[in-house]
Amino acid sequence: MRYHPHTAADVQEMLAAAGAPSVDALFRSIPEPLRLARALDVPPALDEISLSRELGRLAARNEVSHPPFVGAGCYPHHVPPAVDQLLLRGEFFTAYTPYQPEISQGTLQALFEWQTFVCLLTGLEVSNASLYDGATATAEAALMATRITGRRRIVVSAAVHPEWRKVLASYLRSTHDEIVTIPFGADGRTDLDALRRSVDGAAAVIVGWPNFLGVLDALPEAAALAREAGALTIAATAEAVALGLIQPPGALGADVAAGSFQSFGNPLSFGGPAPGYLAIREAHVRQMPGRVCGATVDRQGRRGFALTLSTREQHIRREKATSNVCTNAGLCALASTIHLGLLGRRGLAELARLNFDRARLLRDAMAEVGVRPVFDGPFFNELALDVGDAEEVVARLARRGLAAGVPLSRWYPDAPWSRGALLSVATELHDPELIRLFARAVRP
Amino acid sequence: MSNPTGWKPSVGASPSAAAGAAGAGEPPGLGGAAPGLAHEEPLLFEHGSRGRCGVSLPAPVGPAPAAEIPAALLRGPIDGLPELSELEVVRHFTRLSTWNHGIDTGLYPLGSCTMKYNPRSSEAFARLPGFAGLHPLAPATHVQGALELMYRLERALSEIAGMSATSLSPAAGAHGELTGLMVIRAWHQSRGNPRRKVLIPDTAHGTNPASAALNGYTCVELASGPDGRLHPETVAAAMDEDVAAIMVTNPNTLGIFESHIAEIAAIVHGRGGLVYGDGANMNALLGVARPGDLGFDVIQYNLHKTFATPHGGGGPGAGPVAVTGALAPFLPLPMVVEDGPGFRLVTDPAERPGSVGKIHGFWGNFGMFVRAWAYLRELGPEGLRATAELAVLNAAYVRAGLSGAYHLPYPTDSLHEVVFDDQAQKAAGITTMDVAKRLIDHGFHPPTIYFPLVVHGALMIEPTETESKEALDAFIGAMRAIADEARTDPDRLRAAPLRAFRSRLDETRAARRPVLRWTPGMQAG
Repeated sequence: MRYHPHTAADVQEMLAAAGAPSVDALFRSIPEPLRLARALDVPPALDEISLSRELGRLAARNEVSHPPFVGAGCYPHHVPPAVDQLLLRGEFFTAYTPYQPEISQGTLQALFEWQTFVCLLTGLEVSNASLYDGATATAEAALMATRITGRRRIVVSAAVHPEWRKVLASYLRSTHDEIVTIPFGADGRTDLDALRRSVDGAAAVIVGWPNFLGVLDALPEAAALAREAGALTIAATAEAVALGLIQPPGALGADVAAGSFQSFGNPLSFGGPAPGYLAIREAHVRQMPGRVCGATVDRQGRRGFALTLSTREQHIRREKATSNVCTNAGLCALASTIHLGLLGRRGLAELARLNFDRARLLRDAMAEVGVRPVFDGPFFNELALDVGDAEEVVARLARRGLAAGVPLSRWYPDAPWSRGALLSVATELHDPELIRLFARAVRP
Repeated sequence: MSNPTGWKPSVGASPSAAAGAAGAGEPPGLGGAAPGLAHEEPLLFEHGSRGRCGVSLPAPVGPAPAAEIPAALLRGPIDGLPELSELEVVRHFTRLSTWNHGIDTGLYPLGSCTMKYNPRSSEAFARLPGFAGLHPLAPATHVQGALELMYRLERALSEIAGMSATSLSPAAGAHGELTGLMVIRAWHQSRGNPRRKVLIPDTAHGTNPASAALNGYTCVELASGPDGRLHPETVAAAMDEDVAAIMVTNPNTLGIFESHIAEIAAIVHGRGGLVYGDGANMNALLGVARPGDLGFDVIQYNLHKTFATPHGGGGPGAGPVAVTGALAPFLPLPMVVEDGPGFRLVTDPAERPGSVGKIHGFWGNFGMFVRAWAYLRELGPEGLRATAELAVLNAAYVRAGLSGAYHLPYPTDSLHEVVFDDQAQKAAGITTMDVAKRLIDHGFHPPTIYFPLVVHGALMIEPTETESKEALDAFIGAMRAIADEARTDPDRLRAAPLRAFRSRLDETRAARRPVLRWTPGMQAG
């Protein structure tokens, strides 16, 4: 076993040093009847060549020959090879939580840079060192809002990612906090009249930015209503590339920004892992969940970084902590940080503009075959298209190796528009030729 | 605007004050640490030049966004973002990486974190385009390989835990605890009363009470006995019909097997409660004993610990939750099931009405499943058991090697990790913190310190099975040398680390005046 360095002689010497007659004797504290008397019933061991073949077989059973036209919370983007090659430096990926700052400055400075990126992109003041994913970050944001306001009701737009709303419901269920869902209109934007009727007494209002339908929602208007009612506004973002083109949540009145930076540096990987982020106004920093990195100095006065504000956290506060989060998505956050470092000021603006551009190519190519958008609100790189029968289109194109999008009927089965609505994305990975091919395949 | 903070790295300035130079006169540390060249590196935001860029993208062809998006919602290029070439970024992160200690650098005996070797082949497999490039909502016919992998991993994890079914969704150990307690609550609820209390021993990880609180439970702390174990009479005295569950880590955070576990489980079950297992220490039990056979109803794995997926400077993790048949209907969605010749994700609550719902945006941290499955397949049943045996052997060897030099607060047998404290160093005014920092100068990552809380000044050492006898000998040698140094040159210990890229950081200042992001002109702390 290549991961076990022990020779038989090592084992004997070590047992002798430990004063144990056998390896079995080391386990004498486990009462005999509680021990497993047989071998585990798991598949037999494989050598590396056989293992490569087996994992290769499984990977080959997945169809990935074209970039998927599917976004819906997980976005196909180009990851420059430099990102992964840096990520694979063992000092990064084989380290853990930087409990010993003197030998963790690499991780810590990168986290400080991540926190800065999150703040710059969201227009808010403070961020933590990442959370599990966009869904749990949004749920943590809602819990934080209940702590800050002392209120228990969360108002959420139906245009927020439906899977994220499910996670929110699971997180709030046991504490009996109430969730009120607000519908959206024909433009794919949150119904502000409905929001006005529900916002009183709410801890938070959650709006997608862009929302699940790809639409730039009525975030500024919703935030104004929330503020009047003393509720916090949480802007939930799954496609963070949009923040390179559209105004940041903080500039539009949001108090909290939560979501995923998967689009920066992280592969699709069947939906995980990807870094969740949370950004807030400075006034609420003591209520923020999760780890946070801060700047300080060492004994020689040189700048350095350390995890800080740990009195919020579970290892000090235990049941009174702001959250139970411990391990987060550090390496994924590093991938985002490297990618954002490469993109920088100009690259991010270019990437966002290009995504906007490709989604127009998609819309126009679809218009040529008679397929129109379902919603008329402005969109970034993702839109719902009325293809007639979305499930049929997905199944038909799947046979040709294309992932066409997701039928919105899976989440909005009762909406009058739902049968035809196919949610599709176009990014820098979808070149114009592929987009035209896709449109022609939808309506041959 | 290169370097707007005005902060200048003090390369080579005042050699007597620079940490690296202060250690320069010493022989190499017992872990091989020697003084060497390190590079200062400003923040990404502090260098570069206007107009530089590190990516190559095609040009847009259509009209500008202003044609469609209201001007009030549009944003220009974001000031403050870096402007760097690709080489500058590569050099930046390469330099940063050298300031880190990882498992690849040297022994990393961080107790309870199971810092074992992360196989390179697992990294290669996770990057296969068929896995890395797969969308979670791709058509069912496109994802059969991924579902098969998840199905087989779920079956194997259930077998290893001695449980009926496993949810792969949780993204970390604490997320698994949260999920497991949701399941427990839902099971009680289905019987009419969710109950209000959760019993937690004083040796538990802090995540346990925090996870219980997130589920609306009140925590009752149980004192462990003088032997470091939880005793049945303690549990019996606290147990009543309002207790939903007890959370037990086994082996516990002292590395000690809770040998009364079967009796404790019987007491809890007898009053209608459930037994939750924190599986952070599963590395000690692989193939030796199964939580399901010990009386546990729920246990979470930490794939990033036991199954060697990389911790990555704080994650990502994966915290699958395995449960008994009675609790399986309450597991979160999705579950993967066999479906004709293929596999299918169960996502519709109508199919699993008891489910606690969803706890992750998609299906869990799939990239970690690939790595864990590759690791599990390479080990096989014998390799898994050997993993536990050698992990325990390594810990026993370190324990024997350090006895006499450090005080062992609990002489009870321990398994995969051992907890010492700083009592023997007290007379010299040396603390656990000093010992930990001096280990850095030898080239080792310190153990977990000041945890568990039941031990004052704890040094919690978990060597893991992937370390060789020579590596352990070097570590033992360094620890003993430090114990000697505590008597002969305590000031040197208090000044440590002398060889690290930074000396001790002012953590009080970091907390008192938080600087949590770069701003133009920022000062540290």
